[in-house]
Amino acid sequence: MTTTEAVRPLLPVIEPNDGHPYVAGSRCKACGHTYVGTRDVCAKCTARDAMEHVQLAETGKVWAWTVVHRSFPGVATPFVDVIVDLDDGAHIKGTLVDVEPDAVTPDMPVRMVFREVIPAGADKPYLTYLFVPAQGAAA
Amino acid sequence: MSDVYVVGIDMIRFGRFPDRTVPGLAAEAALMALDDAGLSIRDMQALYCGNLGQANGMVGQRMLAEIGQTGIPVVNVANACATGATAFRDAWIAIKAGLYDTVLAVGVEQMGKGLLGGTGGGPSPEGLVGSYTMPAMFAQIGIEHARKYGTTFEQFAKVSVKNHHHSTLNPKSMYRKETPLEEVMGAEMIAYPNTKLMCSVNVDGSAAAVLMAEDKVRRLGLMDRAVRIRASEMSSNPFAERQMAMPDFSAATRAAAKSAYERAGIGPDEVNLVELHDCFATAELVHYENLGLCADGEAGRLIDEGVTALGGKVPVNVSGGLLSKGHPLGATGIANIYEVATHLRGKAGARQVEGARIGLTHVVGGGPGMGTACAIHVLEKA
Repeated sequence: MTTTEAVRPLLPVIEPNDGHPYVAGSRCKACGHTYVGTRDVCAKCTARDAMEHVQLAETGKVWAWTVVHRSFPGVATPFVDVIVDLDDGAHIKGTLVDVEPDAVTPDMPVRMVFREVIPAGADKPYLTYLFVPAQGAAA
Repeated sequence: MSDVYVVGIDMIRFGRFPDRTVPGLAAEAALMALDDAGLSIRDMQALYCGNLGQANGMVGQRMLAEIGQTGIPVVNVANACATGATAFRDAWIAIKAGLYDTVLAVGVEQMGKGLLGGTGGGPSPEGLVGSYTMPAMFAQIGIEHARKYGTTFEQFAKVSVKNHHHSTLNPKSMYRKETPLEEVMGAEMIAYPNTKLMCSVNVDGSAAAVLMAEDKVRRLGLMDRAVRIRASEMSSNPFAERQMAMPDFSAATRAAAKSAYERAGIGPDEVNLVELHDCFATAELVHYENLGLCADGEAGRLIDEGVTALGGKVPVNVSGGLLSKGHPLGATGIANIYEVATHLRGKAGARQVEGARIGLTHVVGGGPGMGTACAIHVLEKA
């Protein structure tokens, strides 16, 4: 019996979860802060053993952004680098696609989609999350 | 505890020296600082040497191999863009602690061209999970300021016009060229709103300072060239909710500034000139507010009204700043102190801030997902 190798996540915080991918997060039961990624201690309130594993929200709003025109060699530009405030209170960095760069506005609603993409310099696809405008975009 | 003074300080002219070595560049600045103090390497009781690119390479010891191996303790320091200022502060601490009365601090860097940053091993998320370049990080900090206060691309660009103008008056600056507003705004866009002329220059450089305890300054009769260190404060990034997504340089700067003003017993309105960390044009405006030079939301007005230009109420980066003088990471912190000390001594020539009595230096560094190191010094004419 043969198995095909699953597409690997681009970052450790991306959980493939048998075809239902999500971004892993942690919520502090003591102070309520939600983090991207799995962690044991709260940087905000310093509580230990108060972290619960959560699936991060897939919708949020753009806090800050930039249009990157010059990047490292081999990386296609321009692209839109966004800081998104997720609806569960986590803050995450990502790339906003399916949008005209000049059309990005403060608090623009966005949602997370998962796609298999070949990173610059790599020879095979990886599973990553991307952001798209919340309305009218194809997943 | 007696006060600590700078009695010798200098820097090489920043530039690109691919045929030189890191210890060689450090040695040149060290000897210049010793000459400025009228002292010898034999008078130094300890060395704090700041460098990032060869942080595991014992740069301090290799520098002493070029200028005199006296067997003094050497501490090699690495702390992002605060590296040089951290070495300087370590020297200050050592004297404050009473261990030594005469200590040498050096900062040095040899850099390639191009973008800093990167994400280590494995497939690169660059472009797929935002950008890990420094210009993008600081572009977002500018956009954050714009969304809060309406700051414009033009106001950010004016920072570069100002600092490039200042650098035409500084013979130690990498570039000495006027850049009119239309040229800054029309330059290659790197990460909106920072164009290429709004990004600091990667250069090679070194700077060094001789620090001395007050009683020895008096004993040696060096008070006429001495600059008093009124405050030497550092901070790291306190918790900020977006910091893992978007490095936060403001909270650390505000914390160190508060400590520095308290330690010096002064307010921001008593500062006559500032050298702050203008690694990108967007950063300078944000730091006006972080350092208390104006109220939150007023930075755009400050640059519009020329308050921070030479001749204004509180000139900022009269050296040309990192934007034009250049930013050799490990050297920058001591080079900023050199600039302020030179004004306090009244020796800054065409760019002299008239009547300067108190100056402040600020460096802050870090990177995506790493954290922040900030150092602030308040210096006073002795």
